[in-house]
Formats: sequence, structure tokens, C-alpha cells
Amino acid sequence: MNYKMMGRFMGRILLVEAAFMLPALLIGAYCKEDEAVKGFILGIGAAVFLAMGLLHMCRGAGKGFHAREGLVCVGLSWIFMSLLGSLPFYFSKAIPHYIDALFETVSGFTTTGASILPEVESMAKSLLYWRSFTHWVGGMGVLVFLLAVASTADSKQGFTMHLLRAESPGPNVGKLVPKMKTTARILYILYIGLTLLNIVFLLLGGMSPFESVCTALGTAGTGGFGVRNDSIAGYSPYLQNVCTVFMFLFGVNFTCYYLLLLKKFYNVWRDEELRLYAGMVLLSIALIVWNLKGYYSTLEETVRHAAFQVVSVVTTTGFATTDFDLWPGFSKAILLCLMVVGACAGSTGGGFKCIRILLVMKNLRRNVQKVLHPQKVQVVRINDHPVAEKILDNTNAYLAAYTFLFLLSFVLISIDNFSVTTNFSAVMACFNNIGPGLEAVGPTCNFGAYSVFSKIVLIVDMLAGRLEIFPILILFSRSAWKHR
Amino acid sequence: MKIIIAGDGKVGATLVRQLSAEEYDLTLVDVNPNRLDSSTERFDIMAVQGNCASMEVLKEAGVESADLLIAATSADEVNLLCCLTAHGLNSRLHTIARIRNPEYTGQIYKMRQAFALSMTVNPERQAAVEIERLLKYPGFLKRETFAKGRMELVELKVMPGGKLCNVTLNDLDSVVKCQILVCVVVREGKAVTPDGNFVLREGDHIFVTASIENLTKLLKNLGIITHKAKRIIICGGGRVSIYLAKLLQKSGITVQIIEKDREKCEVLAALLPFACIVQGDASDEQVLESEGISTCDALITMTGLDELNMVISLYGSKCKVPQIITKLGRTNSNGILDSLDLGSIISPKELCCNTIVRYVRAVENQSGAALAVHSIADGQAEAAEFVVDESTMHCNEPLKNLRIKENVRVAGILRSQTPELPNGDSYFQKGDTVIIVTSGQVIYQINDIFV
Repeated sequence: MNYKMMGRFMGRILLVEAAFMLPALLIGAYCKEDEAVKGFILGIGAAVFLAMGLLHMCRGAGKGFHAREGLVCVGLSWIFMSLLGSLPFYFSKAIPHYIDALFETVSGFTTTGASILPEVESMAKSLLYWRSFTHWVGGMGVLVFLLAVASTADSKQGFTMHLLRAESPGPNVGKLVPKMKTTARILYILYIGLTLLNIVFLLLGGMSPFESVCTALGTAGTGGFGVRNDSIAGYSPYLQNVCTVFMFLFGVNFTCYYLLLLKKFYNVWRDEELRLYAGMVLLSIALIVWNLKGYYSTLEETVRHAAFQVVSVVTTTGFATTDFDLWPGFSKAILLCLMVVGACAGSTGGGFKCIRILLVMKNLRRNVQKVLHPQKVQVVRINDHPVAEKILDNTNAYLAAYTFLFLLSFVLISIDNFSVTTNFSAVMACFNNIGPGLEAVGPTCNFGAYSVFSKIVLIVDMLAGRLEIFPILILFSRSAWKHR
Repeated sequence: MKIIIAGDGKVGATLVRQLSAEEYDLTLVDVNPNRLDSSTERFDIMAVQGNCASMEVLKEAGVESADLLIAATSADEVNLLCCLTAHGLNSRLHTIARIRNPEYTGQIYKMRQAFALSMTVNPERQAAVEIERLLKYPGFLKRETFAKGRMELVELKVMPGGKLCNVTLNDLDSVVKCQILVCVVVREGKAVTPDGNFVLREGDHIFVTASIENLTKLLKNLGIITHKAKRIIICGGGRVSIYLAKLLQKSGITVQIIEKDREKCEVLAALLPFACIVQGDASDEQVLESEGISTCDALITMTGLDELNMVISLYGSKCKVPQIITKLGRTNSNGILDSLDLGSIISPKELCCNTIVRYVRAVENQSGAALAVHSIADGQAEAAEFVVDESTMHCNEPLKNLRIKENVRVAGILRSQTPELPNGDSYFQKGDTVIIVTSGQVIYQINDIFV
């Protein structure tokens, strides 16, 4: 285990985090929010101090850096980042309990959007901004950011592939161009461009600049922290529709946008994952509109709410324009299913990912065929390319780990004696990085009522969901820590 | 610059290692996904899995926007088809193909035209040529040529009790009685750039530049040269051995090849009627003794196994064979090999990669980059060839007035094809070819040598 190299990476990540807190500090200073400013100064101080300590201790790191180091490094970075990112909330006394502050921050970085705050409008603006900004950074990943800005000497090493693979969602993460640094830059440029576009559209709808920035950051990361107590419900229909469209866009694999830039329209058009994602969204909207007959006064309103909620859930954002907990059972069932499916691989969304659903289904079909024709040899194909058996195996292993962790967390948080629906949807909402669940954790409620133990379980769930389980799981494996 | 490398074999992997350290965008194409996985995990490159001769795969690898394609799969025919297809997709693409079947050697020039190849490489033939060059001047451990062969950089070992022992570099001219320049000295594994007061000691490896004519003089005056090799034993009958035997036959040297495999022996006997083909295990001392190892002039070990080559070479050095050349496929472990008496070490894949890297730099050489770069002294030092152009600073100023970086040595200047060893009064002039030797730092442009 190359601890020194990992230490160096973590030190750098904390420095990046400290730099990210600066704009929030400036907003605080501008709005004269003394408590929040104090919180940010202490937070930045702690991050810089720890980073310098790590960088100082880890001088002269060796070269060996393998898949194991990459996974552990990503897992630990996210934990450290969350621990320090929560300090502003805690020190400014906006969230008095540290574990609550941590829950809020992890929920931010993992783009979950589950909150323990009963109301947010009284909160300091700088803290609200920081809450939304954690979504934005967490969406594309802070290590990817580090790779984009790091010196070429480091990003030239092949091992950076392990970091990208561990942090970016999807079963088969690849580079867009040969150089890692360029790949990371392209991703971030696309990301920043789309976010700016979103801000412009929100501003055109008459939203205040501060709220547009926060909402856009939350949308871009498919996070879901709102700046108003009623999330997006209070905004005009135009703004709600803008949110729907952009949430959908951020749930698409970013490779598709790169292909569009290269004018490879046909490849995007034929992309099976994109087709599944879009088809699923349209079908769900249609079914829910049919099911909601009579709930809203006009068809336009029904379609708007149905579309918003479907997109918000499938991209794992978690904004809400209406309390879908009051919807009929069939609509809620559809939303619950969409929670599991999630967005596309290589997007900022969470969940099981459309591509994995495709792989699992195709593999299942193959196995059914095997029963009928035992001697038949078949290869699973996606976009006309054969899929390696290794990836299918990994997907199956992921499904197993996913189910197991899900059930374990469900049982563990049930100790608090909430209803089965609440617990089930709470784990679902955290593990898939969505945010709101049903009943006691529904769109109008929050996670504040859970015990400290349950909150820790849910924090681990959120991290595991965002990093796709293995980087977190490996931290509990003894052999990962052994010297070799 | 965008480069596509087809074939992730020995040459492909070595190329990736060398080129990915520089600012090139590399895409690797291979049929074996496992090999590609291990390459992408070690180097910052992109990988495409598939047959490199298929249009679809080439397009996926971005051939339309690439600048150079290097086809180095195991099959010559695939390499040719790959280059031809790629050239059809992108007519301004430079293509390099590895062609190593001895039967194609005669038609290489015609093939280059027919398949629109920019260059062909043949690692085995190149190794054979290199070995022949070493055999011509026994006593040099390594020879690198510059300026199309007009200037040479050679490696010598200071032998205990030899003429070079305890000589100050200022007095070197009176000892060797010809013009040479010592650029780098490797003492106890460390490369140093010596000054005039440096005293040579036994065991030092010295790197010397000289014109071709002076090399012979140097050897004669040092008393190293005894006689030219007349009888040579080659262990292993691979492709390099075939090329080498053909080359040596022209210089009238008797060649004995020891090969284990009966069928291979018959093929060799048919191909090389002038050589003495012996079927036997070269690692068996009895076989070597009966072939007269103790009286031969040179032993060249070229079986497919590095370990075997090393053992035979060690046995040869015990038998006091005057010149030993060992072929090694794996050269990463050079640190360990220093302590062994293996004579000159030849690595076909590295020779081939050096040629290709040189070509890559030449393609890019619009901005004064090096024409040729040789890595010497186990990679601790580099010798590079530059052309002086308008952008070069301090033209026509004597070198003694210039401030040149530490550990940088101007090792040779070629003006209108005449090699000249520089002294304090020498100067650069537009059109000159300059050879620079550096240790410990990389020189990308000629202007980098000035403080």
C-alpha cells in the first residue's frame, strides 16, 4: 500500500476543497453573516492545516500505485472531504449537532439532497450556497477536478485511470481522449458550460441571481438541495419546466455531449442506454399522467408535475414541485422503481444506472436462451459492440453487493421503529442519492427524526451509492490495509 | 501529435513507454483486451480493441485526425494491410510498418512505394547490423552513430593496467595520439561530466566522440585491438542469426551456429550454405568446448531465452573469449546486469524503438527539436543531434565566451559534412549539425544548453 502517495492526493484534495470554500466565505462577508464567516474561516483553516500536514508528512512518495490504492484513495478522500466540508455548518452553529452537519454535507457531496433541516429559508446565504456547491463538485467528482488541474507530471502516470474509474459512475469507464488531463478538462468544460446555460435560462425566467445559481448548482450535480422550504413548488411553471429539462440533460452520459461536439450524431442517436433512459422517462410520464386523472385541475398542470417528478427521481435529483407522497399507489410504485434505475453511466446522477439494467436484462435473456438451447454460444452486445464477460461479471457482482447492502441498511435503520414504507424509501433515497422518499421522509419532511446510529448508516449508504459501493466496501476489508 | 500504435507486443509496449513520457497523444490498438487493460493502467494512453487492419477499428482509433501510425503486430502482412488501409483513410498520415520476414528484405524499397509507407523497421536485421558494427571494432562496448554515420559515440572500459589508467583528460591527446573527446564518465554506476583535470581510473566506463577515421587509430594506439575476428560462434538460430550470418559472410568471417532444434537446423543449413550449422544444446559446455569456444574470436548468444544467453555468455567470459555479445529481450533490469560480465548487450526491440522515436522527432522537427536522441549510460545521459538554424542563439560566437549549462557538453560539430571536435574557439554556424551530450537533464532544443 502506497500510503505516502495516497496522503499526497488527499492533501491536494483538501487544498482544493479549501479553495472551493473561498467563494462561500466571500458571499458571507458580503452579506455580513458573521457566524457563517467564522464557520468558513475555521473550516478553511482546518482543511489547509491538515492538507499541509499531509503533504509535509508524505514527501518522497514511491511510484507504485495500483487499483487497490486507487479505490482506497477515492473512498478515504470522500470521507475526509465530508468531515471537513461539514465544519462550516457546525462552527457557525447553523446545525448544532456534528453528526447532523456531517449528514447534510455527505448528502451534498454525494448529490443526494436528503436534509435534516426542517426549514432552510432562515439559513445564512453563504451556507446555502455552500450546500448547493457541494452538489456541483460531488456531481462530477473532486478527483476528476484534481486531474484536470494537476501538474502534467502526475496526470501522466497511467494509474490516474484507477482514480477516474473509482470516482466516475458506470461499469465501463473510459477516457474520451488519450490524455487523462485533457479528458478531465473536457468533462469539466462540458459540465461548466451546461451549468452556465442553466443559470441563464433560470435568470430569464425572473429568478433572483442567488437562487438561480444555487438551483443550477443543485440541478447540475443532480443533487436536490433547494433554497426554499417548498423546493421548486413556489416557482413559475416556466422555471419548473426549465428545471425538468436540465435535470434530464444532466442525467445523460457526458460522452454523448462529447460525441455531439465531434458531430457524431448517429452514434448518439443509436446509443442504447440513452434510448432506454429517454424511453423510460416518457413511458413513466405517460403512465403517471393517466393515473393522476382528476388530481390536478388542468392537463397542463398534471403533465408538468408528472414530468418534473419523474425526471427528478430518475436522475436522482430530488427536487419536488408537489408532494408526490399524496399521489395514488401506482404512481408511487413507478417512482420507487425509477429510484432504483437511476440515470445514465458517466452522468452526474446516481442509482443503479441504465446501462447496468441493460446489461443485467441482456444477460438474463441470454441465460433463458441457454435453458432452451444448452449448447448455444452467445455474446452480449451493447451499441453493436460485444461486452466483455468481465464487465458482465462485475455487473452481477455489483447487483449482489447492491441488494445485500440495501437489505442490511434497511434492517439496521428499522431499529428506530418508523413504518416499513418510511424506512424502505429512506434507504432507497439515500443509497440511490435521490433525497426525498415517502411518508415520514417524503418531499415535505426530512431525515431529522432518525437516531444518530441510523444517520451514520444512511451516511455510509450515501457514500457507497455515489462511489458505486466498492471504494467504500474495500475500506472494511482487512487485506486492503496490509503491507505488501 | 497524435500517434496510433497497432500491436501491443514487445515493440509496441516499449514504444508506449518511451512516447507516453513525452507530449504525444497515444492510442493503442490490439486484439487482446487483457494486454490493453494492463497497458492503460500503467500509461496515460487510450486503447481500442480490435483488428488494426479493419477500417472500423482504425476509425474508432481516430485515424482520420492522426499524424502517425506505427504497425508493430506480430504479422508482417497485417502490418502492411494496416498501413495501407489507414493511408486510404487519411492521405497525410505517416506510416511505419515492422517488416521482419527475411524473405521480404530484398523487396523492401518496392514495398515502401507500393504501400505508401514512410518507413519500415526490422528489429532483427537492425540488431544484426549493430552486432556486425561491434564486431568490426572489438573493444567498444557500444557504438552510436550521428549525422548519418559521420560521427560516432563509443563506450570504452578503462582496463586495469591499460594505457588510459590514471591519465588526466588534459594529457589524453598525448596518450591516444588522435582527436577524441570524453563526454561522460560512468564511475561506480554514476554518470559525471568530466572537466580537463579529471583523472581516469580503472573500471570507469567512458563515452567518447570521434570521427570514424579516428576510431581505428584510437584502438590501435590504445593497444586494445589485436586482430579482426575470424571465427565466430553464434548460439541460437533465430532471425537475427540468419541476418547476421549473411552479413558476416560478406566480410569473410567463419560462422558457426549452434541450434537445438533439428528442423530449424535444416532450414538454416539450406539458407546459409557457407555457415557451419551444429545441432546441439548451446547451454551444454561439452558442445561449446567441442566447437572450440576457447579459441574463437567472438561469442554471440542469441537464443530466445534471456537467462540462457546470460549463462552462456558468462561461461564464454570464463573461457576468455575476446569479444562477447549478449542479446536480451528484457532490459529493464540493467542495474543488475552491470555486475555481470556479459560483454556488449543488444536488445532488438530497443534498437527498433530508438529508430522509431528518432523518426517521430524528425516528423515533429519543425521547431528545432532533436533529430536523434540516444540514451547512454543506462539512461543516465543522453546524446542528441540538433541542426543550427535561424532561431539558434549565439551563432558565430566562440564557445569559450558562452555560458553553457553544467553537465552539458558540445560533443561534436559537423560543418559541410566534415566532423570537427569542438574546442574553446569553435563556434556554431547556420546549417551545422551539433551533437550535445547531457547527463541529468533533458535538452529539447539547442537553445536549452545556454544558461
